[in-house]
Amino acid sequence: MSLRTPLGKVLGRGAAGEGVGHWWVQRLTAVALIPLTVSFAISLLGHSLQSYEEMRAWLSQPWPALIAILLILTLAWHSKLGVQVVIEDYVHDKGAKTLLLISSIFVHVAAAAVGVFAILVLAL
Amino acid sequence: MASRPLSPHLGVYKFMYTMSLSILHRITGCVATVGFLAFVWWLMALASGREQYATAMRLLSGPVGKLLLVGFTFSFVYHFCNGIRHLLWDTGRGLERAQARRSGAIVVVASVLLTALVLWFACSAMGMESIV
Repeated sequence: MSLRTPLGKVLGRGAAGEGVGHWWVQRLTAVALIPLTVSFAISLLGHSLQSYEEMRAWLSQPWPALIAILLILTLAWHSKLGVQVVIEDYVHDKGAKTLLLISSIFVHVAAAAVGVFAILVLAL
Repeated sequence: MASRPLSPHLGVYKFMYTMSLSILHRITGCVATVGFLAFVWWLMALASGREQYATAMRLLSGPVGKLLLVGFTFSFVYHFCNGIRHLLWDTGRGLERAQARRSGAIVVVASVLLTALVLWFACSAMGMESIV
């Protein structure tokens, strides 16, 4: 008995066609998030969060704004890949799975857009 | 579902605490995703103006906001620490059972300490006496 699916045999492209693309990007974004989260958190917690003026002034500087944009994009990407795996593993109904996967992409793209837009408003 | 054998057969394994660390990685990842959405909402409030930001900070300083902050912080920190453990495994290191158990214990202790440290700094940055 073969463990390969009929479609897999016909396509003859090995594991999934894309190979290790998903796995690799998840690792790349994970590594990138180590310095990004640490530097952003240290920078953020050094300010008085209750002060509207101080927070605006902080994010209108080039480096904090740049780190924030990179953080938002990398977080969104890493999170999208992770949520995708969770949905693929635990949701077995095909319709629900497809709907959730699409919704997750929409939410992540929207969140990244809102985040970057907010930083641009603050920085420019 | 396909009639071919499916893996993993979770039911045949004896329970080890490293298993709960593994599922906790996924759970904290999902909570961190919600935290990311909250972070973006907070940034948008800051970009929207003084009143919107004051509202956001009032919500974050309230009982529900504090509970969420603790949950998000722990989830981010645990996922961060255990993520580094996963990255080390990806290089082929630390995969022996004893090593994996020891690194698991280190991750748990480090997560709790780091969460407390971050929340302590967050409290002073937010001008709060304590998180509770």
